[in-house]
Amino acid sequence: MAFTVQAEIKKNVLLLRMHGELDHHATEKIREELLNLMEEHDITHLVLNLAELEFMDSSGLGLMLGRYKHLQKKNGSMIICAISEPVKRLFEMSGLFRIMIIESSEDQALMRLGVA
Amino acid sequence: MNNEAIFKFRSISENEAFARMVVASFIAPYDPTIGELTDLKTVVSEAVTNAIIHGYNGSHDQWVYMTLLMEENVLTIEVKDEGIGMNDIEEAMQPLYTTKPEMERSGMGFTIMEHFMDAVEVTSIASKGTTIRMSKHLASVQAECH
Repeated sequence: MAFTVQAEIKKNVLLLRMHGELDHHATEKIREELLNLMEEHDITHLVLNLAELEFMDSSGLGLMLGRYKHLQKKNGSMIICAISEPVKRLFEMSGLFRIMIIESSEDQALMRLGVA
Repeated sequence: MNNEAIFKFRSISENEAFARMVVASFIAPYDPTIGELTDLKTVVSEAVTNAIIHGYNGSHDQWVYMTLLMEENVLTIEVKDEGIGMNDIEEAMQPLYTTKPEMERSGMGFTIMEHFMDAVEVTSIASKGTTIRMSKHLASVQAECH
């Protein structure tokens, strides 16, 4: 299944709802668009809702790590919500679990950032 | 039931999803668990992505070769390219090591393959290409009596 992403901006928070399969092909397609969107709206915090994400590999980890480093420079944060077991394992393996904030739902993530 | 299938496809990123579907279809008759299916799709995705990005450096008109072999209850996956090859395999297999940080590669590909498979063997010759051969014992497959 192809990868699609639905974006919503709330103040300086970008919420991304990811659908389908996030692999190298998908990351190449969305990276630039994502960077432009973050630049244009002066985004400081990123919330990724992975509830509908069916597959992810190390290319997805690379994309997330890239955005994390980017936001860190702006003292921003990245919150991952509705993470599946397979994606959680990749996070654990790569150490991303230690640096990212994990919330069970999108609402909780937005509440944490004060934009619910 | 033993089985073997050989595929050859172009080095374009669309074929990462194709290769994942191929491995899922190949093992479907063996009733794999959801976990096994996810693991195998992930390792195939990593190996094919490596061939496309690193082996062929993004060049689209090359061939990636994939062989799937099911023997008793062991699945062996071989992914081969005829690209640039690697000088130091051990270094390439280190977690978080990548030659392409500018492309936001995580350097986790080999670590994931080693984690999800029982055995991973990499052979590479500079300017000749790289072959990744990995195998996994599938718990869901009942060994047949012969």
